[in-house]
Amino acid sequence: MKISSSPHIRDKESTTNIMGQVIVALIPAAVFGVYNFGFKALLLYLITIACCVGFEAGFEKLTNRKITIKDLSAVLTGLLLAMNLPPDVPFWIPILGSFFAIIVVKQLFGGLGQNFMNPALGARCFLLISFTGTMTSFSYDAITTATPLADLKAGKAVDVLSMFLGTTAGTIGETCALALIIGGVFLIVRGIISIRIPLAYIATFSMLILIYGLFSGRGFDVSFLLAHLCGGGLMLGAFFMATDYVTSPITPMGRIVFGVLLGFLTFLFRIFGGSAEGVSYAIILCNLLVPLIEKFTVPTSFGKGAVKHES
Amino acid sequence: MGLLSFVGGIHPYDGKELSKDKKITEYLPKGDCVYPLSQHIGAPATPIVKKGDRVLVGQKIAEASGFVSANVHSGVSGTVKTIEPRMTVSGTKVNSIIIENDGLFEEMDFSANVKPLDQLYREDVKDMIKEAGIVGMGGAGFPTHVKLSPKNEDAIDTIIVNGAECEPYLTSDYRRMIETPNKIVAGLQIVINLFDNAKGIIAIEDNKPEAIKVLTELTEGMDNITVNAVKTKYPQGAERQLIYANTKREINSSMLPADAGCIVQNIDTIVAIYNAVVEGRPLYERIVTVTGDAVNECANYRVRIGTNIQELIDAVGGFNIEDPAKIISGGPMMGKALFTLDAPIVKGSSALLCFREDVVADLEPSNCIRCGRCVDVCPGRVMPNHLADAAEHGDIDEFLKCDGMECCECGCCSYVCPAKRHLTQIIAGTRKQVLANRKK
Repeated sequence: MKISSSPHIRDKESTTNIMGQVIVALIPAAVFGVYNFGFKALLLYLITIACCVGFEAGFEKLTNRKITIKDLSAVLTGLLLAMNLPPDVPFWIPILGSFFAIIVVKQLFGGLGQNFMNPALGARCFLLISFTGTMTSFSYDAITTATPLADLKAGKAVDVLSMFLGTTAGTIGETCALALIIGGVFLIVRGIISIRIPLAYIATFSMLILIYGLFSGRGFDVSFLLAHLCGGGLMLGAFFMATDYVTSPITPMGRIVFGVLLGFLTFLFRIFGGSAEGVSYAIILCNLLVPLIEKFTVPTSFGKGAVKHES
Repeated sequence: MGLLSFVGGIHPYDGKELSKDKKITEYLPKGDCVYPLSQHIGAPATPIVKKGDRVLVGQKIAEASGFVSANVHSGVSGTVKTIEPRMTVSGTKVNSIIIENDGLFEEMDFSANVKPLDQLYREDVKDMIKEAGIVGMGGAGFPTHVKLSPKNEDAIDTIIVNGAECEPYLTSDYRRMIETPNKIVAGLQIVINLFDNAKGIIAIEDNKPEAIKVLTELTEGMDNITVNAVKTKYPQGAERQLIYANTKREINSSMLPADAGCIVQNIDTIVAIYNAVVEGRPLYERIVTVTGDAVNECANYRVRIGTNIQELIDAVGGFNIEDPAKIISGGPMMGKALFTLDAPIVKGSSALLCFREDVVADLEPSNCIRCGRCVDVCPGRVMPNHLADAAEHGDIDEFLKCDGMECCECGCCSYVCPAKRHLTQIIAGTRKQVLANRKK
């Protein structure tokens, strides 16, 4: 007879299972990336996933620790990293990015659950700062072009519908807002992510954009708002990056604070920043604030401060 | 209005269909019975019989040694064989009285103890309950007469009968409610009448509509008892959560239910109070659900306390597998895994749960991925992941600062953890350590 401490039953959900479901939720956007950018996108996926898994296994082997690639977290990081790359990058970019994500951001800090920022986003920002030219040159249908968000910032007209459907330039996985929303809703319905972060994020950001529109002479400009929501990495960031368990607050209230802060920073970076995009920087900056946010949003324990009942 | 409930909790597979339709049947022990002197919270009882004495069913064999303690009565007639330490379901050896069962079940004259209810003073009723050795039969085993003697009796305005039975697989309370609802209502009236300002609530999870119906019909016209349907969710039957669900009053771990004007009694305890006060019978039997996929026949038995567990399992036709993976005394969420079946049924034994397979003992915990599920389900609204970290690092100060003592060890956090960390176990270990240090 086996002996163990109670409880003697466990829920079926496991780490592997959760990572698997997030990967499934990313499939619509990932597949659309291949449709939109062609075979090269598929090759990038394969490189980042293979490199991430390989680096994780290799590092764990070297440091004599348990190999944890079966938990699929490295696969997920690889997939997300590729989705955050422009389709035309040279092949050493995904390899270097994978190395940075897995070894520097994740393993050097203790592996799964210990990283202080989202590995895929950390790698993206590292690449963006180090190789700005390569990481910001986009092409669509073999023609070098600006992303719709850059056009928007430059005051040019953009086609909101094609941004929603994703048939524009951008990183591989970020263009199709529709596919990302489908994946996000799947995760919320399955109870994998809480709606608090994406909702607080998108609501705050939308409100600020509308207010900015009013004050910058655009009036109540809904199409400007929609273009901002569908453009850049907002949907990918709100549903898949900001909700990363490890680097987002664990407390229910903290999640709302985190989302609001993200909306505010993304607005600042996009409207007043030097570059058109601001989601990645907003998220990794807020990742760093998570311990602080948690500290101030610890839930009140049951019965704390209760007073005796008198009849 | 939504159903009465609390924040947090889980919905595990409840397994109650295995035994919920099995009528309570009496099982009389054939072998020797073992009576641990400590089946309750508080000081162990002192034996008042010696080797060779003949005892009858219902005879007091050990006496409470202090206010917070409880008498122990024999469930069989026979001869005292010896008094020696024996293994109990909690995994420790406890000094026990062993009675050689003569199989005659010759009873004491219980009618001698009985007086008409209207001639009893409150103190008489409490004395009868104390004399009968009644303790909380949901598992904690807190002496009932102590619970019924709060400092400020006038502040008690609600007596809650806990019919939630939120632990999966358990059906003993359910069967009691269906089969002897009159004893529950009468027992509750006895307790209500101990207090000037009290009213009664019978709280039942809404997955037991038959029990709600029976008790609602029976209490129709009684303006001092209401039957409340509470949401089916584990741990709805946890004392603090149940009080909150029914009265919206919160208490913390350093308070007693009486501080919220409440007294909570388990179903079986209420029936024991009825038996003691109306029939003069001390506590010598209880309902035990024998269930799980490893037994041939699931059943709800009325069992004499002291009955050997192996004997009881053989009575249901034994196991349907040579080597069952796990036998649990109590429910799957808070029950204790047994390593021997040679232990007696005690006052707090609500069930024997037998599983063909067990995943928990072999689970390998991995890194916390900070998903927050434990925080979402914690009925104590603490942060189990953080408490477990503090506990693992031996950081008692941080553990206390984060309200680690508010944990009720319900097991929800371990249940949901996708990384399969043994959160409850780690936290419970540190809580024990803190409590032990306080006693020093």
